Amino acid sequence: MNVEELQQIAAQAQEERDKFDYEVNVCMGTSCLSQHSDRIRDAIAKEAESCGKKCHVRRTGCMGPCAAGPMVLVEPAGTQYGHVREGDAKDIVSALGGDPVARLDPRLGSYFEGQHFVVLENVGHIDPEKVDEYVARGGYEALLKVLTEMTPAQVIEQISKSGLRGRGGGGYPTGLKWDTVAKVKGAQKYVICNGDEGDPGAFMDRSVLESDPQRVIEGMAIAAYAIGATKGYVYVRAEYPLAVQRLTVALREARRRGFLGNAICETTFSFDIDIRLGAGAFVCGEETALIASIEGKRGTPRPRPPYPAVSGLWGDPTLINNVETFANVPPIIRHGGEWFSSMGTARSKGTKVFALTGKIQRTGLVEVPMGMTLRQIIFGIGGGVPDGRKFKAVQTGGPSGGCLPEEHLDLSISYDALISAGSMMGSGGMIVMDDTSCMVSVARFFMEFCMTESCGKCVPCRAGTVQMYNLLTKICKGEATRRDLDQLTELCEVVGATSLCGLGQTAPNPVLSTLRYFRHEYLAHIDEKRCPAGVCECSPAVEVHA
Amino acid sequence: MTDIRTLATVWLDGCSGCHMSLLDMDERLIELSSQFQLVYSPLVDRKTFPERVDVTLVEGAVASVEDLKKIRRIREHTGVLVSLGDCALTGNVSAMRNTCGPQPVMLRVYEQNVLQPQIPTEGVPALLNRVRPVHEVVPVDVYVPGCPPSADTIYRVLSELLAGHVPTLGGVAHFG
Amino acid sequence: MSAESNVRTLTIDGEEISARADQTILEAAREHKLAIPTLCHLDGLSEVGACRMCLVEVKGARRLLPACVTRVEEGMEVTTHNPKIDRYRTMILELFFAERNHICSICVANGNCELQSLALTLGMTHVEIPYQYPQLPVDASHPRFTVDHNRCVLCTRCVRVCSEIEGANTWGVMGRGAQSLVITDLKEPWGESETCTSCGKCVQVCPTGALFEKDRAGSKVRKQPDFLPYLRIMREGEQ
Repeated sequence: MNVEELQQIAAQAQEERDKFDYEVNVCMGTSCLSQHSDRIRDAIAKEAESCGKKCHVRRTGCMGPCAAGPMVLVEPAGTQYGHVREGDAKDIVSALGGDPVARLDPRLGSYFEGQHFVVLENVGHIDPEKVDEYVARGGYEALLKVLTEMTPAQVIEQISKSGLRGRGGGGYPTGLKWDTVAKVKGAQKYVICNGDEGDPGAFMDRSVLESDPQRVIEGMAIAAYAIGATKGYVYVRAEYPLAVQRLTVALREARRRGFLGNAICETTFSFDIDIRLGAGAFVCGEETALIASIEGKRGTPRPRPPYPAVSGLWGDPTLINNVETFANVPPIIRHGGEWFSSMGTARSKGTKVFALTGKIQRTGLVEVPMGMTLRQIIFGIGGGVPDGRKFKAVQTGGPSGGCLPEEHLDLSISYDALISAGSMMGSGGMIVMDDTSCMVSVARFFMEFCMTESCGKCVPCRAGTVQMYNLLTKICKGEATRRDLDQLTELCEVVGATSLCGLGQTAPNPVLSTLRYFRHEYLAHIDEKRCPAGVCECSPAVEVHA
Repeated sequence: MTDIRTLATVWLDGCSGCHMSLLDMDERLIELSSQFQLVYSPLVDRKTFPERVDVTLVEGAVASVEDLKKIRRIREHTGVLVSLGDCALTGNVSAMRNTCGPQPVMLRVYEQNVLQPQIPTEGVPALLNRVRPVHEVVPVDVYVPGCPPSADTIYRVLSELLAGHVPTLGGVAHFG
Repeated sequence: MSAESNVRTLTIDGEEISARADQTILEAAREHKLAIPTLCHLDGLSEVGACRMCLVEVKGARRLLPACVTRVEEGMEVTTHNPKIDRYRTMILELFFAERNHICSICVANGNCELQSLALTLGMTHVEIPYQYPQLPVDASHPRFTVDHNRCVLCTRCVRVCSEIEGANTWGVMGRGAQSLVITDLKEPWGESETCTSCGKCVQVCPTGALFEKDRAGSKVRKQPDFLPYLRIMREGEQ
């Protein structure tokens, strides 16, 4: 493979496209697929065939506005249809070239205003299982450029210059991580892509893997070249069957085109990727637990140091990045680190993909530049809280994050701003809550999650989460005293300070942030035996055995 | 701390081993008895808890409605409340039924292996669903671990209280 | 490498000490008779850093660090005891006591239990945290040994000694969180385990009354885990 051949593939793909007058892109991400968008695609294809219009019907990955799904995008007009049913196929096809079907208007309002696509640049436009369509949109240009024009050090320099930070939640500078692994001596090195996305309400990585898996593969290959690895693993949850299937096809396609395997693009660089399925443990998103899981051991974390960069998979130097981090790599190489660092805030560069869920008009997948305010995302893009209810809080960062109240709506999204407000970026789940949500119950929900997902290795997390969960239950039931609240606070401190891995260390965060901003709700449960949101039944249990 | 003049001992859900250990102080009991009066105890005749007691030693866990009533009253009328022994401190053997709840215990005692099975409804206090250590029910001032705490430990506790200190048994006495 | 470059000087609780570069804070401290409490650590076994009892403060570190796995560094300033660390340790110990049924008075290891001793040395006289009272099994199917999960602290010493020293890999851990259990083979009764060699090492290293020898329990029977470092040295000497 060389530049000419790559251009040839792109040209061929374009030629294919040019044969058609119209493109009908049907979203076949998990959300739309669950509403049988595959049947819609078949119906449209059949309809197009029978009416003789030159129309290419394509399966694509998630287009974003999941609440309006199943989604259909008609090109070149750029018309979007929402809530499409099989029966709408005829109208969609006959409207090609004419006025759009008015009743299928997805009413997205300002959904796309302010969004900026880097990671999601291809979604809605390519078939995730066709590598050539990815190439036609500039795919693998970056890998070829890296292999033929750049030294590993130059690659790392560009990544460092971009200011990219880990998108899995921690926000560790990616360039620094790559540099560390590159400098560690080792005959065998590994690249691991962490796709064990498990936060409640998060589906960014799933969508990226389902919609544009080649982008992740390319990012991994570039990383492998930069650090000197020859073998990679994508660790992805088995609960993401569609992502696994599309990734499996994508790996096969990439190998067929010579983007993976031996002597990639006629250079001396060899790299291949295997998939490893997670067996449903949240803690395996923690890097040392993930490595143990790949090694076939019990997925439990171990104390760091040594960090995986020094001693990772099978004791060899290992680079672990999140799906979204790798997905950012190809555009950074294509456009340069400076281009990337021109987006975002001083210390948080680029864009971030968020999964908007909860009590919000337009749930879905969004990508915004860092620095956008929560208000812009929730009320602008998301359309605010439905049913005339009042916004109460937004939960970011999953079970490790926190709940931010209305007074923080004008907070600009960045790693540091979220942490200082008592939450965190996390992998990008954003759950909106209205005034019907009880914040103690919310904290209890997340504590239950941490309790059941604790691996059981270290005692503060194993036993502490159980105790905190019980105390929160007691508060919800109206059985708790001020002393219980003090004990809860102390447990939060100890579990946070003494747990072995990030799961336990951050498990108290949902409690701490709700205590910080919604203390009055806790006190209402305790002192007045009353749930302000009317969610909990506050009736103390009978103590005596009858 | 005020002068210690009166002492009470109470027996909740326990085996009375802590009281045995108390008696094990032997001749030191005579020395102590010259310094305060034992005003209420399973060892003396008085039936109602006095209005004011300076120090009360509590043996046993809180297991029944009766225990609950007693300990609340005792706390109200006591200066220094001492949790004496593992049952008061941890629930210990008394709390072993917490893994299964009170029902199997009642059945075992009153229905199985008896000639006339019947669950009593009068004269026997109702059991709590969960046996609890004393400090889960009322605030406790001194914790004395041991099953039972040794006579030496109890002597040490009482001597220190008489000397005007609140003793801590950390590093001195252990559970079991 | 010269001998000199192999030596690190550090202070532990204000005392200046030197240690070999490959030593952990715990090893260095114990060599100098400085006490750091431990539970999952055992000389002769690999470290897991799970019990969190040995957490110490290292100047400049963002978090408390487990002394058992943290290597000494030049100029390190370590604090092993202060009010905050002591409070954390006590609470961790309380969590241990509250999560299962540790009834010292009727335990076979009464008077010979590391958990019980820790409570004594850390001055923990009672548990503020509510006891959980889980229902846990006792497996007495093995002709010589018994496992009582009520007393298990999940330190995994049995798992490690079985794999690292005996090489039988009979012990493992199943379940997660509070539901974790040490198991023999694939949760077969211990007596039916095909891999167990009945060597009894797991019993000797168990810090509590979770694993014990039948007919040989009680305060007079001391467990003997001291054979491990000796065994290790002798084996390594052979190679």
